[in-house]
Amino acid sequence: MPEISRDEVAHLATLARIELSDAELDHLAPQLSVILESIASIAEVAAADIPPTSHAVPLTNVFRADEPRPGLTAEQALSGAPEAEQQRFAVPRILGDEQ
Amino acid sequence: MSAADLLRRSAAELADALASGETTSVELTRASLDRIADVDGAVHAFLHVDAEGALAQAAASDARRAAGAPASALDGVPIAVKDVLATEGLPTTCGSRILEGWVPPYDATVVARLRAAGLPILGKTNMDEFAMGSSTEHSAYGPTHNPWDLDRIPGGSGGGSAAAVASFEAPLALGTDTGGSIRQPGAVTGTVGVKPTYGGVSRYGLVAMANSLDQVGPVTRTVLDSALLHEVIGGHDPLDSTSIDQPLPDLVAAARLGASGDMSGVRIGVIRELGGEGYQAGVQQRFDEAVRLLVAAGAEVVEVSCPSFVHALAAYYLIMPSEASSNLARFDAMRYGLRVIPEGVENPSAEEVMRATRDAGFGDEVKRRIILGTYALSSGYYDAYYGQAQKVRTLISRDFEAAFAQADVLVSPTAPTTAFRIGEKLDDPVAMYLNDIATIPANLAGVPGLSLPAGLAPEDGLPVGFQVLAPALADERLYRVGAALESLLEKEWGGPLLDRAPALEGARR
Repeated sequence: MPEISRDEVAHLATLARIELSDAELDHLAPQLSVILESIASIAEVAAADIPPTSHAVPLTNVFRADEPRPGLTAEQALSGAPEAEQQRFAVPRILGDEQ
Repeated sequence: MSAADLLRRSAAELADALASGETTSVELTRASLDRIADVDGAVHAFLHVDAEGALAQAAASDARRAAGAPASALDGVPIAVKDVLATEGLPTTCGSRILEGWVPPYDATVVARLRAAGLPILGKTNMDEFAMGSSTEHSAYGPTHNPWDLDRIPGGSGGGSAAAVASFEAPLALGTDTGGSIRQPGAVTGTVGVKPTYGGVSRYGLVAMANSLDQVGPVTRTVLDSALLHEVIGGHDPLDSTSIDQPLPDLVAAARLGASGDMSGVRIGVIRELGGEGYQAGVQQRFDEAVRLLVAAGAEVVEVSCPSFVHALAAYYLIMPSEASSNLARFDAMRYGLRVIPEGVENPSAEEVMRATRDAGFGDEVKRRIILGTYALSSGYYDAYYGQAQKVRTLISRDFEAAFAQADVLVSPTAPTTAFRIGEKLDDPVAMYLNDIATIPANLAGVPGLSLPAGLAPEDGLPVGFQVLAPALADERLYRVGAALESLLEKEWGGPLLDRAPALEGARR
């Protein structure tokens, strides 16, 4: 198992949309290495012919009748929004200036 | 009847007292609220107390009883709810800054069922942030203290719910268990906690950490109380696609049957891999004594081996963070919760706002798990980690299957140690993770588990937990065996273990 480097942690944090400071990277990167080391044994355990289990109980699709039923009102849905405008979630710009 | 006397009674006894007119829900609820005011400064089990709402619900309950139409056996018995369950009109923070002040516009199904059954909701209990932890120290709002020793942890993630019932602030509480978050706090606080069969209790409105492992369950002081509460919250819910569409077994009857203490014809399997090395001497001693009591009561005991359990912790720490990293993507600063505008950035983009918000809103343990999960799911590592972990999950289920062919229930210590000191393992994640070594296999296989007090470890005088595991959908076996052991132990002790917990009156932080 490859050790997880400080740069790799920084990259993963970017993928996970978490802005980590240098101090946080110094603190978290070595801890993550230790955690990974402690679970490394897993790679050698199960043979190829063992089927994977994603859920303990077998899942099947669950359907309901396609009939309208009450949901949240717009006011309820927006009640926790950091910012709302015209019955919509107001968000920061999505695109860059050049796009 | 004095308030102190009311507070120490079990929920079943309180239900009888309400039915006979000996007390009222308003009196009970007020006694709980007064107790919270007295001791929660020291214990810090609650993140939010809803005195006004609870008393209004209590008054409504008393009106129903007066009209001869109680909504359920537990109508009027107050309850505390873990802060990971959505409660309409009450803050739900999951112990995180990112949800500080969030008030959900809907109830979790289990909360709706509490309301329908008439249980006044006292407030929301403290927890490790997003249920990630085994000590409640990872709460953004400060740790909960163990009522047995205020310098020690109450377990986690549901340390608030366990401490609330252990300190007699509430007769009942709801918890959630992803890798042991109901059972391990139960063990270290001398209380009872049950993780039902996966799918046995609705997860709708439970803020998800790991969907395939999370389960809501009862947190109480007696086995019968857990059965009563389990019957209120359990059963099929069309709002949860993983909910099992069949009736619950008769749990209360099983608990009442078990209370006779007769274990004739019951086969009990002691799991070889969950004991011995790595388990505190006093924990092992109390566990062994409890097994001997069951044998004396007529149980047949066999040793069973579950060889794949040694890999359960590793599999869990791949599956859980993988699911968590995906689930927690919803905290994006757009629709609810915290929004932090990054400093020194002109006209920041949505992505920059997201990154700044998630850095400010999440604590260390949440960041560790999100990054670990992101790593385990990335291409190139997926097969080696997540794929392997899913195969180990199959092996663990097969171990359970083989063991349950030899025994009706399996038993082990709930946690390898008694409560440790606050701060002791905070920056040593791997040491923290080991607390759940005996509880995790049940979550991976979806089988139900119960923890009840087995006594105090001689070396430190702190509670030890005894775990009972049953096959999926056979939750009633937990209650039969749990209630039997409870009555056998209490006969030896001359009363409940919690009678020996220190009084908290006057304790201040």
